[in-house]
Amino acid sequence: MNIMKLRPLFFIFSLILLLSSLFSIIFWKFKLSIDFTGGTIWELNLPEFSEDKIKEVFSKSNLEVKEINFLGNQNYSLKFNDISVEQKTGLDKTLKELYPDSKELKFETIGPILGRELLKKTITAVILSSLFLFLFIGRRFRDLSFGAGAVLAMLHDTFILVGSFSILGHFFGAEFDSLFVTALLTTLSSSVHDTVVTFDRIRELKRQSFQKDWVSLANEAITETLTRSINNSMTIIFMLASLVLLGGTTTRWFAAALLIGVICGTYSSIGVAIPLVLFFKKYSKKK
Amino acid sequence: MTKRKKTLRNFWVIVAITLFCSLLNFPNELPIKIHFKNINLEHTFYRPNLNFKIGSFTPIKNINLKYGLDLAGGSSLLFDIDTSGVSSENLPSALESLKNNIERRVNLFGVSETTVQINKQQDKYRLQVDLPGVENINDAVSLIGTTAKLSFKGEVEIPPEATESATVYDLFAKDTGINGSHLKRSSVEINTKNSQPEVSLEFNDEGSNLFAQATKELLNKRIAIFLDDYPITAPVVQSVITDGKASISGNFTSQSAKELSAQLNAGALPLSIKLVQQSQIGATLGQDSLNKGIFAGVVGLILVSLFMIANYGKLGLIADIGLIIYGLITLSLYRLIPVTLTFPGIVGFILSIGMAVDSNILIFERFKEETRKGKDWNIALESAFGRAWDSIKDANTCTIITGFILFNPFNWSFLSTSGMVRGFALTLILGIFIGIFTGVFVTRNLLRVFIREKNKN
Repeated sequence: MNIMKLRPLFFIFSLILLLSSLFSIIFWKFKLSIDFTGGTIWELNLPEFSEDKIKEVFSKSNLEVKEINFLGNQNYSLKFNDISVEQKTGLDKTLKELYPDSKELKFETIGPILGRELLKKTITAVILSSLFLFLFIGRRFRDLSFGAGAVLAMLHDTFILVGSFSILGHFFGAEFDSLFVTALLTTLSSSVHDTVVTFDRIRELKRQSFQKDWVSLANEAITETLTRSINNSMTIIFMLASLVLLGGTTTRWFAAALLIGVICGTYSSIGVAIPLVLFFKKYSKKK
Repeated sequence: MTKRKKTLRNFWVIVAITLFCSLLNFPNELPIKIHFKNINLEHTFYRPNLNFKIGSFTPIKNINLKYGLDLAGGSSLLFDIDTSGVSSENLPSALESLKNNIERRVNLFGVSETTVQINKQQDKYRLQVDLPGVENINDAVSLIGTTAKLSFKGEVEIPPEATESATVYDLFAKDTGINGSHLKRSSVEINTKNSQPEVSLEFNDEGSNLFAQATKELLNKRIAIFLDDYPITAPVVQSVITDGKASISGNFTSQSAKELSAQLNAGALPLSIKLVQQSQIGATLGQDSLNKGIFAGVVGLILVSLFMIANYGKLGLIADIGLIIYGLITLSLYRLIPVTLTFPGIVGFILSIGMAVDSNILIFERFKEETRKGKDWNIALESAFGRAWDSIKDANTCTIITGFILFNPFNWSFLSTSGMVRGFALTLILGIFIGIFTGVFVTRNLLRVFIREKNKN
């Protein structure tokens, strides 16, 4: 199988993905959750729900209900700017009078600084991981092109995942929250994992027939590891798909993010990492 | 022959580990009721007591799975600590006494597994209090946020006929109106005249006024200091004190003076705190996400198992057994370490099951290739394990590198110290190691035993 013949196609495909991610991040930005904006989320079980009534109750206390989301099973999530503990005590009473059967599921007030810290530190972690992985893979394969290829493919996946969440946020209301950060971190590790397995096969083939050129080695390695890559992704996809479908509302976007990350990681090993290595090889030879 | 012995030994090690982990994961109570035609069987199995002792050391104390607040329900509060009023050399002791003080108050709730933590993030200190099971956040905030009951009571005359039945509360019945919020700080000082340790008190403006009044009224009588209704000391007023600075002298050793001062400091919060974040999760919501997560995990596991059998036949079946052992060991380690299970943690665990079969898929694909080349089953399998090992090692080392950076073992402040990211990293790292163990060691030895049986026939 001459998969590396498709390199221009991979290049265009990745370029489209990266550019649309960039476009979405610049123009549509993110739907940030209260983890990042600060504010209050109040989840309630309300047997007889009426939006106007709820809004009226809170506007009496000078609170604006910024968003109401239906979570299923008479559960609603209300979003506010910020409710203090003192305010809440009063609101509890009013709510109980209005809805005697209401139950509180969750009440959360978050200051905006924490999310920003988390974001900053996550970016530091990504940079640091990239550096270490670049050095480790470069050393293990005695060739820095491999390190660069794997790390760039990983960053490619990370960027596309971030971009796709911007798109999902714009169209379907997916929130950029701290769970998403966790999904991003998982993508970091699973993307490189997959790439290294394919690289390893190239290294092994090179040992056996060192006179062969890199392109045909890459083709051979991909052909031999393709089933593994697909099968392995399938098992992870089974796990995640069952989480998306059965895991309840809180999990859905988290699992979706992981799913995008895994699929992206499988593609990028073949479509990004190896073409990049071949590119670096060609470039260094010309020199 | 020695190789076969080794395989057999490994096989029994695997069996032992599996049995031990099953025992750890056995539910506390498992009632079994079978009513089928004329068979009536009712029996409740209990988990055997594992609290054995080695000397005075109990290796297994509490092996119940720990659930985070998002699953168990409860309240979590985060306070900003104002450290501006304290010099940097006094800061560690002030933080320590703040933590002790808050812990003492939190214990009043009577819930187990509360955690009080002080986190430093870029020169800023934060106090995190987790109260599993506490659903009334208002109570929690008021209890933690307000100062403990430190009160100053004056001595009153007790009629001689009542002295015998009088309690300490009858004796010190005069309320001076001074409480913990009036006390700025207390420290140990050495009296320059007789070089005896003394405990000094410093009141704020309002406290100074009240204290001046109290010392005027109670001159040559005793003032008792109560901490949460427990008398800690009752010095005699020797002079009227108007500047809000008093010292308690007595027969203190430097140790007892330090203790008293710490107790007084615990009453007055040594540092002021401000609530910046709070969350409260109802137990039903947590239970719901837990149940759904477990259900999704089981369905996913069945799908993966079927997929493995469909693709690799008998080999897949062995891999599935390895997967079950993987699950048992992981859960056992979660219990023993213990790892607090949070929502992302469960997703991480479910995901790690998907990743754990990766080594098996690698090996089995390799095995298929080798048999296609016409190699013998036995030899093909051994060389598949050998060759796949390189990929498994390198790929997993990469994941471990990422895991370590996320876990931030050296507490570098430029990396995340948040519990969520760390919990995730810990499950990731554990998953990798156990995955390699079950994917390579367990399946390899099981297969070897399995092949021997086959060859005999």
